[in-house]
Amino acid sequence: MRVELLKLAHARSGDKGDTANVGLIALKEEFYPIIAREVTSDRVKEHFGPIVKGEVERFELPNLGALNFLLHGSLGGGGTLSLMTDAQGKTFSTALLRMKIEITEEEAKSLED
Amino acid sequence: MKETVRVASGQGFWGDLLSAPIDQVRRGPIDYLMLDYLAEVTMSIMQKQRSRNSEAGFARDYIALMEEILPDCVEKDIKVLSNAGGVNVEGCAEVVADTARKLGIKGEKIGVITGDDILPRLEEFLDKGIAIDNMDTGESLSGILDKVQAANVYLGAGPLVEALGEGARIVVGGRLTDTGLTLAPLMHEFGWTFEDWDLIAAGTIAGHIIECGAQCSGGNCQYDWKNIPEMEDVGFPIIEAKADGTFEVTKHEGTGGRVNVQSVKEQLLYEMGDPHQYITPDVIADFTTIHLEDKGKDRVGVHGIKGNPNTDFYKVSIAYSAGFKAVGTLVYSYPEAYDKAKAADRILRARLENLGLEFDTVLTEFVGVNATHGHLAGEPSKDIPEVQMRIGVRGSDREAVSRFTKEIAPLILTGPPAVTGFAGGRPKVEEIMAYFPALIPKDLIETKVEIIET
Repeated sequence: MRVELLKLAHARSGDKGDTANVGLIALKEEFYPIIAREVTSDRVKEHFGPIVKGEVERFELPNLGALNFLLHGSLGGGGTLSLMTDAQGKTFSTALLRMKIEITEEEAKSLED
Repeated sequence: MKETVRVASGQGFWGDLLSAPIDQVRRGPIDYLMLDYLAEVTMSIMQKQRSRNSEAGFARDYIALMEEILPDCVEKDIKVLSNAGGVNVEGCAEVVADTARKLGIKGEKIGVITGDDILPRLEEFLDKGIAIDNMDTGESLSGILDKVQAANVYLGAGPLVEALGEGARIVVGGRLTDTGLTLAPLMHEFGWTFEDWDLIAAGTIAGHIIECGAQCSGGNCQYDWKNIPEMEDVGFPIIEAKADGTFEVTKHEGTGGRVNVQSVKEQLLYEMGDPHQYITPDVIADFTTIHLEDKGKDRVGVHGIKGNPNTDFYKVSIAYSAGFKAVGTLVYSYPEAYDKAKAADRILRARLENLGLEFDTVLTEFVGVNATHGHLAGEPSKDIPEVQMRIGVRGSDREAVSRFTKEIAPLILTGPPAVTGFAGGRPKVEEIMAYFPALIPKDLIETKVEIIET
């Protein structure tokens, strides 16, 4: 079944020049393997579509139950050059949490515990 | 040697809660107060201020704060480290010394760190054939040299440790890294050196956790945000560190907000690049080695941190003038609010074109529809109560940008109906300061630590 990432993770995002970073953190330790399996850089790139002009890089932090994504070319030039409301990428965190991922029935049950 | 050293964060940026550092000093025990005043844009603003007034160019908020807390700091033996000196560190230190003297505080030492400002040396470096290239684009500095407004090296903990070693109560510098302001007190107290890479990494990560103020103690925290208590009285974070490099993150008792594993994780990942290589002038820290532990209410333990030797380069942030921009807004109401806002955008763009105005970029966002999540938010409901049209332009021609700012208000009487929200007048034309991040060999930079007495 498909669920919003919001059910499994929280997140914080920020900027480095024209790159937004999104730290995606499993709400519970046992959700980390699920997000590590489902939230690949390709799928994140596909999710954001035209919002992210460059590549998406992914780094794993199993020690924190977290993934870090770098979304290159997504802030309209970045910093002071950008005309965007969110020139610093602060809301990319919740934009990623909109993503729908595939989980098994058993995993779905663990969400309810 | 102290068994535990407490370093408190008092400002996450220039413009943060003015009461926070005062609370840190008065509402519980701390040994050090660290204050971060500089964003990238701040240095170019300060250079401009100083070009108009040779006594300006530093964070004035800092002076008012020191006047308020210095007597407490002397009484409680608290030391204060900051980068409030901006582009006029000596001037800032003199004003602080005068302020202390006026308060009757005598014989206290102020450490003054300079050497980060390399604006006067850029030409010399280029003449000597030293490559200063943009880390992101590879572009050479020589292409924009005539537009440069500020150039500052990010200095690490080294000079701060030296100043503390000379007995400074207050240490002030310019472009010091946020993390160095937390690391330096721990190096000074525990005798850590630039060979103890795991310890240096631990102090650096402690700095990263508290450098954005309350952003690790309940502010901007997505996890369970609704139930975080008393944010109106949010406690700023405090590091309680031990000589072995383990530390706890906490805040003063009786303050609002929340420190838990989730709030600390969110901050750890903030502005993160490659977690294996968090590079500062002091160390390369490995965020994949951090272990967090719940230690009870508003207390998180941190251990296991590993680090690698620092590099031979400093990062330098160069600000240069890169054209002009302006942003204007209008609000359209029900019915068909979104359609009206889109129509206004079409009309405005056509007028700009008819005027023959050219821009590098024109961006329209519809606040309430797509300004934060773009197409991911989907189509808005038909009966959306209001939509804000927000349009911005950017270009090298100041006159064109200025003409744009005069085309917003006319839409009220010459565009779609039920429009409001123009109380602020014409938008302002802003000069854009862009950033040119580069690396420069450490051995070219001479840092200086001076001590003045009150």
